[in-house]
Amino acid sequence: MGGEANSRAHRIGEVILALKGVSLAFGGVKALSDVSFDVREHEIRAIIGPNGAGKSSMLNVINGVYHPQQGTIRYLEREYHDMDPHEVAVSGISRTFQNLALFKGMSVLDNIMSGRNLKMHSNIVMQALRMGPALREEIEHREVVEGIIDFLEIQAYRKTQVGRLSYGLQKRVDLARALAMEPRVLLLDEPMSGMNMEEKQDMCRFILDANDHFGTTIVLIEHDMSVVMDISDRVVVLDYGKKIGDGTPDEVRANQAVVDAYLGVSH
Amino acid sequence: MFYRENGQFKSTYESDQQMLPILQDRVFMLVLLVFAFGAVPFLVSDYLFLSLLIPFLILTIAAIGLNLLVGYCGQISLGHAAFMAVGAYAAYNLVLRVPQLNFLVVLLISGLIAAVVGLVFGIPSLRIKGLYLAVATLAAQFFMDWLFARVKWFTNYAHSGSVQTPPVELFGWTVNTPAEKYLFLLGLLIVFTLVAKNLVRSRIGREWMAMRDMDVAAEVIGIRPVYAKLTAFAVSSFYVGVAGALWGFVHLGSWEPLAFNLTLSLNLLFMIIIGGMGSLLGSYFGAAFIVMLPILLNQLPAMLGVPISTSMATHLELMIFGVLIVFFLIVEPHGLARLWAIGKEKLRLWPFPH
Repeated sequence: MGGEANSRAHRIGEVILALKGVSLAFGGVKALSDVSFDVREHEIRAIIGPNGAGKSSMLNVINGVYHPQQGTIRYLEREYHDMDPHEVAVSGISRTFQNLALFKGMSVLDNIMSGRNLKMHSNIVMQALRMGPALREEIEHREVVEGIIDFLEIQAYRKTQVGRLSYGLQKRVDLARALAMEPRVLLLDEPMSGMNMEEKQDMCRFILDANDHFGTTIVLIEHDMSVVMDISDRVVVLDYGKKIGDGTPDEVRANQAVVDAYLGVSH
Repeated sequence: MFYRENGQFKSTYESDQQMLPILQDRVFMLVLLVFAFGAVPFLVSDYLFLSLLIPFLILTIAAIGLNLLVGYCGQISLGHAAFMAVGAYAAYNLVLRVPQLNFLVVLLISGLIAAVVGLVFGIPSLRIKGLYLAVATLAAQFFMDWLFARVKWFTNYAHSGSVQTPPVELFGWTVNTPAEKYLFLLGLLIVFTLVAKNLVRSRIGREWMAMRDMDVAAEVIGIRPVYAKLTAFAVSSFYVGVAGALWGFVHLGSWEPLAFNLTLSLNLLFMIIIGGMGSLLGSYFGAAFIVMLPILLNQLPAMLGVPISTSMATHLELMIFGVLIVFFLIVEPHGLARLWAIGKEKLRLWPFPH
């Protein structure tokens, strides 16, 4: 284990994404107040915290779905006040969703293919006639998508409509769609919620493999502490929209504020 | 027993992605096409052509157009007859003012004009959805009804406001008899179906369906809602515009300003609800159903020896539509096309239970 951890530590690079003083409020409700943290390239960074701590809001800010009132986001040497979802996708950030946001009426294959849309460039007339570049593109990207299907072991379901799959498999398709974008940074919003032990182990393996093989930087929200402590390099702890801890799993475990947030404090 | 795909292995992605991957389906389609082109023109009476097959073929093009927007992209429209009117009047004016144009070019330009108009009326979809969008598109219907009734230039200052069209001419071929009209429309419908099929199984179709199923997730993977929604409006209006031009030139021959009113818009919507949202085959079923039902209601009671009055038949028609729409919305939102798909699934297993 020690050797592996060392080689992983070796790979971790410079800061790729940094949030500084981000505050987000919905009317009077403060979802995030003055949160700062950074993500290094190739690392697995976990965000944890009790329910309603602002974890998903955090991802939505990075994604450009929510626009923070204050603070800046620094990504790949550029400073943003807020992000635009399309621009974020183009610049290589993809994500999965907490409550499954798959395209339910489409097949598994089409769902994953839709993750390739930014890499396809043929015009609408060519697509209508399915000639030349459009046809070539469909086949080229199908090959890439088949690679991802193999990687996530969902070959048997490629033509099945997504709405008919079990929850655990849908989570996998969600991950597949995000991976199809070949992201530099992958945001995972509770990828293991509602799974049994075997499914969790599989999902952990996929996440670690994606991180190893493709070098994808991973930002992960998760409630299962054993998973978080096992696979993440560094952990951010949020509570009531504020950052109360940041560091390696061991540091966070020893942090009194974190323990209080999770177990409650007696006054 | 005969409908099996055993032993039909796909060794390339191209063959796996073809339109009809199962051999039996391809054979069936071929037989159907040969029958439609080779046998139907000799077997069917003029009455059936004019009252059944010609309206069916044109309305199927319109239903496919509306289905691309509502069934595939998830944007509702209550004003699609307005875009049919745009196509019809555009074609009328083109033929009138530029008589040397080939009719196919006229169709293409009319469709493009309808596409531009549809795109403009699709802009509200960027901010509103569902019921509110339905009301906004209703505006298209009323605006176009008003425009073509009031602005005399479009009807070439005809006194009654109704317009007459010359027979369609193509490369020296005058499309005149019912059978000729049928063949011409059948050819067009096949082309339009193929194009629609290609669109919905390409990137653009996936973007439309992604917008329909989960718009936030679609945006996050880089699909631009502006592009996806507006192309859906444009392509859909193009189809409907061409259908409108054909409806005017080939089916009606002459029409009044209110030929493309709200009733037609609603009928188009009924077609795709009954036939199946998000299914091209469903557009065929829906159009066939809507065209056939009034004729059946007129003829069937007489054949059974229970004569009913014409007004009774009209009322029955409305009641049956109403009941069926409620039925399909509750029991089978994917319409007749889903029933067909279930039948095919069953046939694959028949006669063995597993």
